[in-house]
Amino acid sequence: MGNGFFTDTTLCIGCKACEVACKQWNQLPADGYEFSGNSYDNTMALGGTTWRHVAFIEQTGGPETPPSLNKWLMMSDVCKHCTYAGCMEACPTGAIVRNEFDDVYIQPDVCNGCGYCVPSCPFGVVDLIAHADYTDGRHFESDGRNHDDATQTTGGIAGKCTLCYDRQKVGFTPACAKACPTESIQFGDVDELKARAKKRVAQLEARGVQSYLYGVDSDSSVGDLNAFFLLTERPGAYNLPERPVLPSTHQPAGYTSAALAAAALALVGFVIFRA
Amino acid sequence: MPGLGTSFGRGGATTYVQDLQNADCILIEGSNFAECHPVAFRFVMKAKERGAKIIHVDPRFTRTSAVADIYAPIRSGTDIVFLGALISWMIEKERYFKEYVTAFTNAAYLVSEAFGDTEDLDGLFSGFNDVSGTYDTGSWHFEMEEVPRSDGNGTCSQPKRDETLQHPRCVINVVRRHFSRYTPELVEDVCGTPREAFLEIANALADNSGRERTTAFAYAVGWTQHTIGVQYIRTAAILQMLLGNMGRPGGGIMALRGHANIQGATDIPTLYDLLPGYLPMPSTLREEQTLEGYLHHAAKPTGWWTNTPKYIVSLLKAYYGEAATPENDFAFEYLPHISGDHSTLPTQIAMKDGAVKGYFVIGQNPAASGLNAELARAAMERLEWMVVVDAYETETAAFWRREGANPSEIGTELFFLPSAVVLEKEGSMVNTNRMLQWHDKAIEPAGQARSDLYLFHQLGLRLKALYADSTDPKDRGIHALTWEYTSDDPHERSLGEPSALKVLQEINGYVVVPGKPRDECPQVAGFADLKADGSTACGAWIYSGVAPDKTTNRARNRKGDEIASLDWGFAWPANRRMLYNRASADPDGKPWSERKKYLWWNEEAGKWDGPDVPDFPVNKAPHTAAKAGASGLDAHSGSDPFIMQADGRAHLFVTGALKDGPLPTHYEPLESVVRNPVYKQQSSPTLREWDRDDNPYNAPESPDYPYVLTTYRLTEHSGIMTRYVPWLAELQPALFAEIDPELAVEKHVRNGDWVTISTKLGEIEARALVSGRMRPLRLGKGRRLHQIGIPYNYGSLGHATGDAVGDLVALAMDPNVSIHEAKTISCTIRAGRRDTFGRSAADRDVPADQRTIQGESHPHGRDGGAA
Repeated sequence: MGNGFFTDTTLCIGCKACEVACKQWNQLPADGYEFSGNSYDNTMALGGTTWRHVAFIEQTGGPETPPSLNKWLMMSDVCKHCTYAGCMEACPTGAIVRNEFDDVYIQPDVCNGCGYCVPSCPFGVVDLIAHADYTDGRHFESDGRNHDDATQTTGGIAGKCTLCYDRQKVGFTPACAKACPTESIQFGDVDELKARAKKRVAQLEARGVQSYLYGVDSDSSVGDLNAFFLLTERPGAYNLPERPVLPSTHQPAGYTSAALAAAALALVGFVIFRA
Repeated sequence: MPGLGTSFGRGGATTYVQDLQNADCILIEGSNFAECHPVAFRFVMKAKERGAKIIHVDPRFTRTSAVADIYAPIRSGTDIVFLGALISWMIEKERYFKEYVTAFTNAAYLVSEAFGDTEDLDGLFSGFNDVSGTYDTGSWHFEMEEVPRSDGNGTCSQPKRDETLQHPRCVINVVRRHFSRYTPELVEDVCGTPREAFLEIANALADNSGRERTTAFAYAVGWTQHTIGVQYIRTAAILQMLLGNMGRPGGGIMALRGHANIQGATDIPTLYDLLPGYLPMPSTLREEQTLEGYLHHAAKPTGWWTNTPKYIVSLLKAYYGEAATPENDFAFEYLPHISGDHSTLPTQIAMKDGAVKGYFVIGQNPAASGLNAELARAAMERLEWMVVVDAYETETAAFWRREGANPSEIGTELFFLPSAVVLEKEGSMVNTNRMLQWHDKAIEPAGQARSDLYLFHQLGLRLKALYADSTDPKDRGIHALTWEYTSDDPHERSLGEPSALKVLQEINGYVVVPGKPRDECPQVAGFADLKADGSTACGAWIYSGVAPDKTTNRARNRKGDEIASLDWGFAWPANRRMLYNRASADPDGKPWSERKKYLWWNEEAGKWDGPDVPDFPVNKAPHTAAKAGASGLDAHSGSDPFIMQADGRAHLFVTGALKDGPLPTHYEPLESVVRNPVYKQQSSPTLREWDRDDNPYNAPESPDYPYVLTTYRLTEHSGIMTRYVPWLAELQPALFAEIDPELAVEKHVRNGDWVTISTKLGEIEARALVSGRMRPLRLGKGRRLHQIGIPYNYGSLGHATGDAVGDLVALAMDPNVSIHEAKTISCTIRAGRRDTFGRSAADRDVPADQRTIQGESHPHGRDGGAA
């Protein structure tokens, strides 16, 4: 059906080429030059101007005091392009659409920056891009060489991975997958990727490495993910939700409780005014 | 790279990175492969996917360790103990590849009775002169015997052999005895590597070597940048010879280069003592005033270097054209001669002492990434003029306005020339595979930026104009210099840019047709066409064949395949990808095994077949006998695969060519925190040092500096080039020091806090990165040792900034290649920021009576120095 990413964390060497290639192709600005102290991760999270993010997880354990390091996990995170996308449901302008490649895409010229999509993403992927950073989707202030273009700002909008919509349109591989030296990030037809990923899990198991696919054959309310992952630890280790939940699944309960509350208030009011 | 050169014949990596995927095991040591070469690391991951065992030995748990099957920690600076113990284990357990070793190495040669080993002389070899701090290598030789010459004319001398390997002075037994005390227990005590990890690695290497399987080694500057760096590589070379992994698919030693064109800058060298193609630079210290005198030293009677006259004469013809004639020794006397050690460190010291007037800095940044960086900066103040060529303003270009400097007191005239970056110019780069790859100019350089080639072309033109009227005989070389590289493209010509292709064509070489201009002379097809009579010209014989005719540039080739990819780029020599590949077949010319088939003798066709260019005379049959007393390759048999060596064999024991010993020996680094547990001799007796107020060393075992400091680079940065790029700067925005949690507790440092790291030379501040990736080591006698890691990439300019680690590291170097010690020094650390910039002990100016003469180093250990 659609196109997506298979990110195999067992092949990631944490080089961050995906982060840089993404920012370069999409002309996204640097987010600042703060030292985080969080392993080798200084960009910290996905955001409006960071659409690929490599997480570094140092796992310690063992009998020694202080415990020594067991594993250093690396994982390149990205927008999941959910089957049932919370951001898309919340968008009041219709700016967020499912495009012809079956990917969740924010149309920059339609988005009005209302920000409803931001809390509606179960993965915390979407964020607003600051006013000066965004122009016509191509040029940003910090680039330097395009300063004149950058002054033609259009205002704040929501930003996240487009799965390199513009590259896909001309038959190119998305920038991150193209730059990945170890094929940790693979791009292609989602069904083919899933088949390949399942074989990979079996291959690893034969070697004694336990792994599983995150976002494939999922029974969660976001459905399967077009950008799915092969993980070796629980999702929480990678700062992923164990069981992502679409915010709208809370709606029936929310409306019911609101109605009940209203009824209760009406009853109280009735009692008070009657007195 | 004489570590590989003396062992196998050539100083380059012996294989190509794509071949790593054929390995059954890969030992990565002295390299943070995944972080520093992420693209080449793709082939390590492919090998891993095919089931290969990946081993990483390193002081730090890095991104390479994270994907390795086995990680073993090691105390920085002790690799010879680790590798030496592997050598000893392989020999004692008889796990080495005996047939390979007997057939292809000098294992059977008898070492001279006059030779004294470090086991006999408590850490020194025979011939040491403790006044000069050098060896007389006369006793490091083989026992010779006279044999009749094949042509019947008398006799010639050859090393005596014992093919049964029983004689106690057989090389293999000398090696066995030399390393006999390098045991797994010693490894645990000296390196801090757990015994179990050592044994697991030893078994993995032995299990994955031999007829059916191969193991590859990969190293980088973690092995080279030591006062005994060359000997680290020698240890690895000996181990790979014993395991029989040289010249075979999935084997070899991969010397990973630190920059995109480091191999190219060694082939056509920026080194003071070499001419292009590894021809030695003429020297006044030898009898080399004439071409004959030069060849007496540079040419060898047997092996490939009998061809030296062809290469030097063709080079002189390329340099001096018609002015180079047989009558005037092909203008040999126009070549500059060296008169001592003019390498970087001595020159830096000489500059500080006022002996250097002018300085070109191109593609380097000594004020940030140099060692004793403040000495480098202070030295710049004493220059008359200085030219910096770079794409950005570097810390070197900004030395006059650095923290603590007073610009009004600095008289140096500084010229900053903006350079084009790679996409803004055409040319070739030579990668770690010894492969030339051409790149085109994609866009115009910004502003007045020009290519490096432009700079040198224009400099040549202007020097020729400046000296045109000179009648001084010393200027004849400038008059005669051929300099015809003007671009044929009108646009490039208008910018003053030369043609990079014309330069490449001259490097390839051409036939000199008397009376005809250069344009009409045909190209030579390869170095086999070069002559010593002046009828050919060639700028660098090893690259010959890259442009075999006027319309072909093989560096442009871009057709890959699944094996050697002979149609992708052009690899020297003669487009060979795997060196010494004759060794992939047994002495009879049959592959050692079907699984590891690469080159084999085709009896019917009478030639060597395989997917690569044979690194051997293509029609020389395996059973061809060596001709005693013959010259060139005739002196080798059909089963001597190392054609560059005088005897055609790989050398376990190296006679005479290295200045610090025929066999590797463990010495502690100059600033070690540990007493040498193996020998009485603490550090290398031949290392060179400058013990003076502006270059002080921490004393060995100093209680003031109890921690090991090691330095390295990050994936995210190279240096100034990346610190200005926002996308890279945000990924690693500041200098940090990696420390283990135990030390952090002891020093009251929390993750992210500022810390100050100091040595006797200086102090720097950094953010603490407290991580279990750094592990305290347990050494012998229950000693607990902490190592601190600090990256090398930072300086004061750009978006990502930090102090320069070079301000902590004093200058000291190895005697063979003048490589600096940058990987292991001692230091101390405290919580908090440094107060002011600068020197904790050293003065900015050295009293005249304490200076050495123009950068000359002391022999180690004299003058009551650090030892």
